[in-house]
Amino acid sequence: MPFRIAQIVCLAVSMLVLAGEPAQAIDVRAAVLRVDYQVPLPISRFDLRPDDLGVAGGLLADEDNNTTGTFLGHTYATTTRAATPETADAAMDEILAEGLRYIVVIARMDDLLRLTDKAAEAGAMVFNAEAADMPLRDDQCRANLLHTATSYQQQADAVIQFAVWKKWTRLVLIAGSNTPDVALADAYRKAARKFGADIVEERIFEDIGGTRRTDSGHVLVQRQLPVFMQDLPEHDVVIAADASDYFAPYLTYHLWTPRPVMGSAGLRPVQMHGGHEAFGATQLQNRFEKIAVRYMKDEDYNTWIALRALGEAVTRTQSDDVTTVIDFLLSDAFELAGFKGHQVNFRDWNGQMRQEVILFDDRITVSVSPQEGFLHRTALQDTLGLDRPESACTALGQG
Amino acid sequence: MTYASLPFLLLGVVFASPALAGKAFVTNERGNTVSVIDTETWEVTEEFFGGNRPRGITVSPDGKHLYVCASDDNLVRVFDTETYAELPSLPSGPDPELFILEPSGHRLYIANEDDNLVTVTDTQSRTVIAEVPVGVEPEGMGMSPDAKWVVNTSETTNMAHFISTDDYQIKHNVLVDQRPRYAQYTADGSRLFVTSEIGGTVSVMDIDETGTPTLVDKISFEVPGVLPEWLQPVGAKVTSDGKTLFVALGPANRVAVVDAESLEVRDYILVGQRVWQLAFTPDEKFLLTTNGNSNDITVIDVAAEEAVRSIQVGDQPWGVVVIE
Repeated sequence: MPFRIAQIVCLAVSMLVLAGEPAQAIDVRAAVLRVDYQVPLPISRFDLRPDDLGVAGGLLADEDNNTTGTFLGHTYATTTRAATPETADAAMDEILAEGLRYIVVIARMDDLLRLTDKAAEAGAMVFNAEAADMPLRDDQCRANLLHTATSYQQQADAVIQFAVWKKWTRLVLIAGSNTPDVALADAYRKAARKFGADIVEERIFEDIGGTRRTDSGHVLVQRQLPVFMQDLPEHDVVIAADASDYFAPYLTYHLWTPRPVMGSAGLRPVQMHGGHEAFGATQLQNRFEKIAVRYMKDEDYNTWIALRALGEAVTRTQSDDVTTVIDFLLSDAFELAGFKGHQVNFRDWNGQMRQEVILFDDRITVSVSPQEGFLHRTALQDTLGLDRPESACTALGQG
Repeated sequence: MTYASLPFLLLGVVFASPALAGKAFVTNERGNTVSVIDTETWEVTEEFFGGNRPRGITVSPDGKHLYVCASDDNLVRVFDTETYAELPSLPSGPDPELFILEPSGHRLYIANEDDNLVTVTDTQSRTVIAEVPVGVEPEGMGMSPDAKWVVNTSETTNMAHFISTDDYQIKHNVLVDQRPRYAQYTADGSRLFVTSEIGGTVSVMDIDETGTPTLVDKISFEVPGVLPEWLQPVGAKVTSDGKTLFVALGPANRVAVVDAESLEVRDYILVGQRVWQLAFTPDEKFLLTTNGNSNDITVIDVAAEEAVRSIQVGDQPWGVVVIE
């Protein structure tokens, strides 16, 4: 039986032979705006935020886009700014005053929303490269906001799918007490319900503050944590919901009952990590490390792929008009290779990038979700995160 | 009998009668070896060290020298196809993955994935004679039958770059779908097929007498029960009569059979897991596929368009070439 599907849309936009004379010259200008917060030191100094966090991903995107641009007469330049929550608005004003209309923002939800609305007034669009909060993909979505950062729900679904694939379905959920921890824990509860796992008990690990750098902290941890983890019902896995990073890494080897830890420690859901080599990612890592002289982190990947999406849109549409770019990015014609096995693109109902989630044990890619056997009527990647019927977002017109 | 099948039949007669055993060489990416298969008995007769992460593989026009892209050694290793003795290596530039040898056997064009370059190496003097800057992550390498053009595909830039072999300048760039992997001309040079792994398509270009490409169509694939995202076109080969195109579909574990003129997909042949590269036997009676996740080779009967046997080889077979 003959099968043939003509990809009319795709062909129409890309049927240009770019021979001899280049197409119309376009100079694409973008910005990365990172908001830095006063936060306690991370539990591990391996997790200290590098000065060029996210920004380095933007540099790599410029390099990649410019190489492609050479053949088309397009150039790319991205300016970068770091701000505090207090100076972020002024920084955004400056960016917009310079005429930049594509801004990658690395910030928390409240700041992100305020900056996005400011950008909207100037006809600019924003890529969210950090905030995982669900309202941004739900009733707080914006018409000019796309998310390359994964949501808490995508992260939780990725972990729980793996646990269920392993048939480790009896979960203990240990959640932090701060607002983001509570939101993340909620995503784990939903994921457990969605994929048929049982949370047999939940405990809250209170954040009582205090310094994270002490000379012999592990001594107390080793004595106290097993007690906290005592007297639990039979369980297969401990799930840690610690978005604010104050206790999860302590769990791994200080449980009462020996069990694997997943979530905010142990097996963690990430967008990219420096050890990921599958799907041709070695070249991405090498290019990044040449620029940054360190390993890639999630914020770098999120920024890189946001600006690569912009570059792809300009390449295919031959335009850097904001409406044209957003329409293209949300259309079926847009596809991008993200080094995670399948193409990535954006959900037209809430602007979230569809993508695989890597499960990382802090050294290697242990697995990549979605897992085998989880089915979806349209796209496997949509088994992770808020699906069309679940999202209250209407700003993008496809709710 | 139709005229179309006549040349095919003649070929079969010419090559089949003396029963001279040919050899297939398979690079095992993870096993760091090359497996040798007797194409008469389909037995593995030898497995020898092929360098670190051996991938692309080809053979000199006289059939005497085997060239292997040893990706992690950053060079092209050379072996005697009779004795399997290793000969002096060729410089390749960093991380060579795929390459193409011109019909004279003199110049080898090598894609350097890490450096956005195509390296041109002289196989006799064993020196690099040119480096051509191309798009991000060069991968697929094709050559026009008249050897005037080398086509390189860049996986992140998503273009086919047409490099003139006279002056090593890029003369044409054609945008294709995501992660273009392989470029294959028809034997008469009038058509070029470029596979896009993540895009899931094969771009079809008509090539005029000056070598200028025009994108005319894209072939898509559909297999009931297989999710579209698993249909990832990688290796491709076209019969020398230009009538049939075979496309390896990676994790879909199938080779698509495409009418190379009407561009209709005729059939899907089930092969091993993660089918990657393809090679015909010189008589074109058989097509061999490397199946990276099942560690085997599937032998396809070209005329019957069906899989006839599978052969276990080393760890993660990647590339394959067959000699008489």
